[in-house]
Amino acid sequence: MTIISSIGGLLRRPEAGAFLGLSAVLIFFGIFGGVTFLQPAGMASWMNVAANLGVIAIPVGLLMIAGELDISVGAMVPFGAMTVAVISGHFGLPIWLGVAASLSFGVLIGLINGYMVIRTAVPSLIVTLGSLFAVQGVVLGLTVLITKSTSVALTVEGPAKTIFGDFFFGGQVQVMVIWWLAITAAYIFFVHFSRFGNWIFAMGGDKVSARNAGIPTERMTILLFVLSSTSAAFVGMCQAILYNSAQVAGGQSFIFNAIISVVVGGVLLTGGFGSIIGIFFGTITFAIVNQGIYYTDFDRNWSSLIIGVLLLLAVLMNNTFRKMALAYAPKKGAK
Amino acid sequence: MGETILSLKNINKSFGPIDVLHDINLDVRAGEVLCLLGDNGAGKSTVIRLLSGVHKPTTGTMEIDGKAVSFKSPRDASDAGIATVHQFGGTFPLMSIGRSFFVGVEPTKGFGPFKIYDRKKANAIAVQAVQSFGITRIDDGDRLVGGLSGGERQSLAIARAVHFGARVLILDEPTAALGVKQAAHVLRIVNEAKRRGLAVIFITHQVMHAMAVGDHFAVLIRGAIAADFRKGEKTREEITDLMAGGETMADLEAQIETYMERHDGHPPQPA
Repeated sequence: MTIISSIGGLLRRPEAGAFLGLSAVLIFFGIFGGVTFLQPAGMASWMNVAANLGVIAIPVGLLMIAGELDISVGAMVPFGAMTVAVISGHFGLPIWLGVAASLSFGVLIGLINGYMVIRTAVPSLIVTLGSLFAVQGVVLGLTVLITKSTSVALTVEGPAKTIFGDFFFGGQVQVMVIWWLAITAAYIFFVHFSRFGNWIFAMGGDKVSARNAGIPTERMTILLFVLSSTSAAFVGMCQAILYNSAQVAGGQSFIFNAIISVVVGGVLLTGGFGSIIGIFFGTITFAIVNQGIYYTDFDRNWSSLIIGVLLLLAVLMNNTFRKMALAYAPKKGAK
Repeated sequence: MGETILSLKNINKSFGPIDVLHDINLDVRAGEVLCLLGDNGAGKSTVIRLLSGVHKPTTGTMEIDGKAVSFKSPRDASDAGIATVHQFGGTFPLMSIGRSFFVGVEPTKGFGPFKIYDRKKANAIAVQAVQSFGITRIDDGDRLVGGLSGGERQSLAIARAVHFGARVLILDEPTAALGVKQAAHVLRIVNEAKRRGLAVIFITHQVMHAMAVGDHFAVLIRGAIAADFRKGEKTREEITDLMAGGETMADLEAQIETYMERHDGHPPQPA
């Protein structure tokens, strides 16, 4: 009885679909790819993908829970990378200055995004589409102007390298994995255990009621945009330090990959429903499909097909689970 | 008869060149239900928005306990003890009962940066508050609000307003989207709120529902109060006719009958 009711309880949670999706891809790749991708080398390959994506996907997911969207993260990744590379690589200034500048630009763009969204009431998809292109233009224009090149080298040593862009566990796992796990734990606390999380869900459920209930919706909206664009700049910066170079292009894939991870993770596109652990599972699911294909005999061109089908299945499943959650009422006397 | 909590004195409201409300005078008393009746577009919603701080009157004054007040935001109105419950409860369908009850004022436990939301306490208080209004079917604070029936949602919203110290409860068409049974549910809760000494402003265009709970009635026609009377002073037909703007339902029925007689029993085609 308790086992059945706890399974029922699990299915009614936002992350139910993500959990089943993850199980499904594990079984799928277990059959077609053998278990190699669960061995250290294979684990590292998808963990690295998941970590870089996950750090961005969680704040993007929080924005979606709050009823907003941020696609400018796709430009913030190369912006963050290029800032640190130009300051500390091209000009040879201290790395910490580059790190600080990179993150500051993340905060700045987030403030601009958030302020435009609350002031203009233009849908955040359009606002951040604008800032996506604007920031891309700035990155390309300034980089070519300053360095006469679209690729800038950067050499980092010492503690900054260890903290932001190094490998550990035999040179396979990126340090980003540790950041990802720590950041996820912090988000879980703030979203599901502190009162601020409740505010984010309320904003996504009904912004006007949330404001009338005394929630500082405008400040929260700006804060969430700052989180997402700073997280993207952080990932870009770490990648530049890791790979010792930064390119003006790239980062675009983060837009859709983050949204897919978030939706597979059970977040409702229109806001008000979702969970951090769901986004976490969604990210891992995406990363496994993305990397697992290399361990099978399939041509890797098929991986997009799998991801597309997975996304649709996840959305359908999540709808079902959400209906179950809504219809749930405890049986009389079944306490 | 309780004392007057809220009064509107010579309120006018215009949006640009359009006058929406003319010389509205209303008194709302504790322990009394004021039914605000009127057809669509008569200005009922504008009155609510003035009371709940969304709009400000163009001229005229609002008084609470005899003192003039001016609301800059909905927050000011709720701080003054005026709570508005909208047609669908204004709550969050995908949040749990406990969480939505305490939105913005979540109870926490722990200290410092590690204060955590106290789910047990929130659920217990929310369930107890709703049950005290006679909705005993709600007994699990973890249920999602969207899974409740329309009447239960209204009850939850009313219980929430009362719990947080509302003195004036504005109910905006609470029974409009509900079935007969559910509506009766909500009406019982309106009576309970009245019994607890709240002033209730009940907006509706269902005369039956208004007559069931109302003590004092005001009929709005084209932005002016066309009639202001107390319980028992007018019949149901008279009120319906008033709401229709003086054109009596009896007249309309007579018109249709004459039309049918002239057209071999066919009713008039809708335009």
